[in-house]
Amino acid sequence: MAGAATLEAVDNTAKAEAPIQAFTVTLNIRRYDPEKDAEPYWQDFDVELYATDRVLDALHKIKWEQDGSLTFRRSCAHGICGSDAMRINGRNRLACKTLIKDLDISKPIYVEAIKGLPLEKDLIVDMDPFFASYREIQPFLIASSKPDKERIQSVAQRERFDDTTKCILCAACTSSCPVFWTDGQYFGPAAIVNAHRFIFDSRDEAANVRLDILNDKEGVWRCRTTFNCSEACPRGIEVTKAIAEVKAAVLRGKPDIPKK
Amino acid sequence: MSDYLEFEDGDVIDGVHYHRHDVVIVGAGGAGMRAAIEAAPRANTAVITKLYPTRSHTGAAQGGMAAALANVEEDSWEWHTFDTVKGGDYLVDQDAAEILAKEAIDAVLDLENMGLPFNRTPEGRIDQRRFGGHTRDHGKAPVRRACYAADRTGHMILQTLFQNCVKLGVNFFNEYYALDLVMTEVDGVPQPSGVVAYELATGELHVFQGKSIVFATGGFGKIYKTTSNAHTLTGDGVGIIWRKGLPLEDMEFFQFHPTGLAGLGILLTEGARGEGAILRNASGERFMERYAPTIKDLAPRDIVSRCMVQEVAEGRGAGPHKDYVLLDCTHLGAEVLETKLPDITEFARTYLGVDPVVEPVPVMPTAHYAMGGIPTNVKAEVLRDNDTVVPGLYAAGECACVSVHGSNRLGTNSLLDINVFGKRAGNNAVDYASTVDFTPLPADPAKAVRELVEGLRDASGTERIAALRKELQDEMDRNAQVFRTDESLAKVTETIHELRERYKKVSIQDKGHRYNTDLLEAIELGFLLDLAEVVVYSAKNRKESRGGHMRDDYPKRDDETYMKHTMAYLTGDPHSADAADHISLDWKPVVITNYQPMERKY
Repeated sequence: MAGAATLEAVDNTAKAEAPIQAFTVTLNIRRYDPEKDAEPYWQDFDVELYATDRVLDALHKIKWEQDGSLTFRRSCAHGICGSDAMRINGRNRLACKTLIKDLDISKPIYVEAIKGLPLEKDLIVDMDPFFASYREIQPFLIASSKPDKERIQSVAQRERFDDTTKCILCAACTSSCPVFWTDGQYFGPAAIVNAHRFIFDSRDEAANVRLDILNDKEGVWRCRTTFNCSEACPRGIEVTKAIAEVKAAVLRGKPDIPKK
Repeated sequence: MSDYLEFEDGDVIDGVHYHRHDVVIVGAGGAGMRAAIEAAPRANTAVITKLYPTRSHTGAAQGGMAAALANVEEDSWEWHTFDTVKGGDYLVDQDAAEILAKEAIDAVLDLENMGLPFNRTPEGRIDQRRFGGHTRDHGKAPVRRACYAADRTGHMILQTLFQNCVKLGVNFFNEYYALDLVMTEVDGVPQPSGVVAYELATGELHVFQGKSIVFATGGFGKIYKTTSNAHTLTGDGVGIIWRKGLPLEDMEFFQFHPTGLAGLGILLTEGARGEGAILRNASGERFMERYAPTIKDLAPRDIVSRCMVQEVAEGRGAGPHKDYVLLDCTHLGAEVLETKLPDITEFARTYLGVDPVVEPVPVMPTAHYAMGGIPTNVKAEVLRDNDTVVPGLYAAGECACVSVHGSNRLGTNSLLDINVFGKRAGNNAVDYASTVDFTPLPADPAKAVRELVEGLRDASGTERIAALRKELQDEMDRNAQVFRTDESLAKVTETIHELRERYKKVSIQDKGHRYNTDLLEAIELGFLLDLAEVVVYSAKNRKESRGGHMRDDYPKRDDETYMKHTMAYLTGDPHSADAADHISLDWKPVVITNYQPMERKY
């Protein structure tokens, strides 16, 4: 019964028989509690970790075993809820999707809050401005038809906006964008991604409204294609490409959607 | 002088903020937001959530939402009802299951109309896939009933509901932790009058007076170590109801999802098996053929999980320690994995370094879903006993027990449950609110929460929250997981008792007011301990095996004695040492309409 693949896996797992080794890793975390601190400061913590641990595990070990006041958001712990975007070694990532083995642990791991949103405490920022931009692009289906059953949408039409439906609103993209850092009024990549999700949905009838909104001086034209957002996206969304498609739709006056 | 509090909406009295809304919804996952979509256009509605709405764990659901649309093959809501009843090992209330299956069709169409991007058939209709326990014509063969959006159906439901809440301008109170339900004595009967919440950002307390209150607070999988549940699923809502002396139903029935990533518990959807993936033991044998010859790997979750644990127990586990089995997706091909199962493909790659395209994935059961919870009728009204409703109080979703899942929920029926009963809760809450006045608040409604918060902030004990929580979770995994015995449950009982004593001596390190997650973890642990005790106490009392509750010492289902729901009540001093001194158990009949209990074979 055993397929070749099965046997291969059994062989692979056999390699794991060596005792699992723990490492002492130093995390250097940017702390800030406005109830106590005039300014943010960096603090070192040494933690025993396994290669397969995530940065979130490291933060939990610190909070649970060393310093209960270390503060961060998290929920699902496997990259789907979008709570724990933070800057890890200068890159925006989800702490629950960043494994220790993928970082250079010969040096401290630097962890700080995402940039461009007001810092509230340790790794927590105020997310309200982020969600305010999201709300502005009318992130909901606008369709006048009232079908008895489902609206018909072809496989190709559904595929057209598939990538941007993956967004979890973690803000990793927006807070990695140098334009957003200097101009908090800019809608930012996440809002544009969510506009894209509706602009390119064949069922939606309000692409023009959203294209108008994004043709604003704080809209898509602020994007300077530095690709930070695409690199930051933990869902692998091609964010810069989506923004470029919205720019093209603004110029054409309508989105490029398969007819069927 | 009145015994009641006089206030206006927006008042701050002794540091406590007061709000007044017709409908107060606690929780902004699928059920809470589905309720809000009904309530907000018709009544002044507030939604309180401990997270931001899009962080809710509905978003982690993967495989699909069942509805007999019959888009791809013949199907009927009656078959769906039967499967739900049989899947729940006949402990399902059949009138509720019928509503679930019938209203499923509109629930899916509602979501599509709201914008949900379902996968499509070549004709452009909503596509459907196979899922465990869902069958054609009463068990003859698997049927394609699960509507899906790749393997992120829950994510798309959560996003779509949130998008529609944005459209409707729903009033969210984000990162407000509900910690108490306010009850006011009216003519000698306690009536719900509001909710007390703790604002994470400031540490301030808020009281939300409401005519109708909807609990949609999700599950409590964090009583276990190995779980697919989020860190935040600590059962606060269910725990609040319990502490009010209201009953909890069928708490012994917890679902262990077969395919959690081994050692981690991260969920890999049953949709993988729906698309054709196969479970194999160390020798590569497709062992489910032996246990469920007709539907094999697509047997319901309770059965598959037990078989997996049995394979491992009998020495046929894979890996260096023979402690897991393998989910083989390799024959599905890269195309199916990348397009229909992209997220789980990535989870296996990221967290185990295993590429499902070329090698099987190590899996073991993971604590996934509470079938039990706050008892409600089919109108989502909360019950005070077997028959009496608590006027104005509603519950929906995982925190509730209708009971559509009985002793074992079928995959894809939970995304359905939150939509059908979330909608019902929202509608009924508005209807009720339009017929009554506000129940007045008592003089100091936040008193108990203030004492709880201040007590923990000032505590100087030596016990650490994380240590106690870990001991609880380890012990629950060891002795109250897939297989249970009188002896194993007695051990957990002892551990919980000891942990509850030590919990009285905890202290926290963060004494501040802003974003004090240290404090909230302490409060959450209190709920976890309470609920674990009810789960274990109820489990000890049910000396039979049914659905998700497998007693090694009583391996047979015993309809004669136990064809009934457990109802647990907090009746004594909750701090008394022995559970028997403060928990009393009762029974509630199962509603049977069309399907007499039969032996459950697949």
